[in-house]
Amino acid sequence: MAVQDKITEIIVEQLGVKAEEVVAEASFVDDLGADSLDTVELVMALEEEFGIEIPDEDAEKIQTVGDAIRYINQKSATK
Amino acid sequence: MLNPVANTAEATWQAFLQGKSGTSSLTQIEPGPFSSKVAAEVKGFDPSVYFKPKELKKTDRFVQFAVAASKMAMDDAGVDMTKEDPYRVGVLIGSGIGGLRVIEEQHKILLEKGAGRVSPFLIPMLIVNMAPGQVSIYFGIKGPSNCVATACATGTNAIGDASKIILRGEADIVIAGGTESCITPLGFGGFDSMRALSTHNSTPEAASRPFDATRNGFVMGEGCGVVVLESLEHALQRNAKIYCEIIGYGMTSDASHITAPDPSGEGAARCMLNAMKDAKLKPEQIDYINAHGTSTLLNDKIETLAIKKALGEAHARKIKISSTKSMTGHLLGAAGGVEAIACAMAIRDGIVPPTINYKNPDPDCDLDYVPNQAQKLKVRHALSNSLGFGGHNACLAFKIFEE
Repeated sequence: MAVQDKITEIIVEQLGVKAEEVVAEASFVDDLGADSLDTVELVMALEEEFGIEIPDEDAEKIQTVGDAIRYINQKSATK
Repeated sequence: MLNPVANTAEATWQAFLQGKSGTSSLTQIEPGPFSSKVAAEVKGFDPSVYFKPKELKKTDRFVQFAVAASKMAMDDAGVDMTKEDPYRVGVLIGSGIGGLRVIEEQHKILLEKGAGRVSPFLIPMLIVNMAPGQVSIYFGIKGPSNCVATACATGTNAIGDASKIILRGEADIVIAGGTESCITPLGFGGFDSMRALSTHNSTPEAASRPFDATRNGFVMGEGCGVVVLESLEHALQRNAKIYCEIIGYGMTSDASHITAPDPSGEGAARCMLNAMKDAKLKPEQIDYINAHGTSTLLNDKIETLAIKKALGEAHARKIKISSTKSMTGHLLGAAGGVEAIACAMAIRDGIVPPTINYKNPDPDCDLDYVPNQAQKLKVRHALSNSLGFGGHNACLAFKIFEE
């Protein structure tokens, strides 16, 4: 839960959305109003927070909040 | 308009008439290492009125000022964009410096955390033209837009250029002026190193003292001044409130020195002559000049000389000249915008604003600078001077509106 809460907090901060909008199936672009620059910034913030590298090819696949949570959990587990 | 004196045009004008200073001790940055410790900062500005939180984060303060001032000006002018052809509305807002604050923040991140952490919003936040860019987005303005950058002449050039766009028939309405916010360690430090800033640190409200013999530099300020220019035909058609007319615009280059004015004052004098020629005015018709009047040793002396050259010494001695920078400090690229508004209000109300903090006459500055108190004067024709680093000179000629 800690990872999910932290991710939610970052998304709320970066995209200026309400915490209740940040649900697993929410798409960053279609539901949370992110543009291409927001997405880049969001990925940077996640890298910074979790101390990981997210290569561009992986970042492209992170489309929803759920994608982000799964990716971070996986990445953190194999770190 | 937003400036260190007040955050609306009307409140600023009332403060000008009372001779109130907007300068104080430096608070936005640590004053420690600098010789000057005074600044003219905008107080109590709430950008969240104009931006959603997400947009706010990606918008530098100089751009926030531009959007806020444009909204106030458009409201005052009663322009309803839903009734205007967006392709016939334009925006020309310039800035002298641009987004220096975000450059400094992101440069620190670059050094500390590496290139991979530099914000993707750095460039759209720092570029100078994001001021007119964001204003066009805010209002849905789709006509001419541009961003003048002529240092301290920026605001005046923008308004002059905008007036010509309207006269050429390319737009009915143009928002025009200048915006600035760069009281940052680098911005302040840069001007401080030039020894351009006032060091009257123990009397911050009196640190900006244009034309006074004890002046020793300008007070660095921030803010934004924009006006809504409109073709007379369009303004009359929609029954708009008209403050005054802009009837002339001049610009010249000193071609002399990167920062110091040409000692002969020739460039500035020729600029005023060009504005009067464009306005079909004789020097004897000028009632008031809002001077560049920065409170630096050189500017005030050479501008005085230039005014005498342009108007003839006899008429130069008859007219009223004042520097509202005595109250606002020097808003750099925004100065011309704020000062154009001062001219418009002077014409509207028949009162000229004072040059405050004027105590000690300087033999090199021997004209009537409206010392310390506003004066009643029917202003039919006024000039506003702006002289920028790089040797850019710009001058606007204003006329009272009579039906």
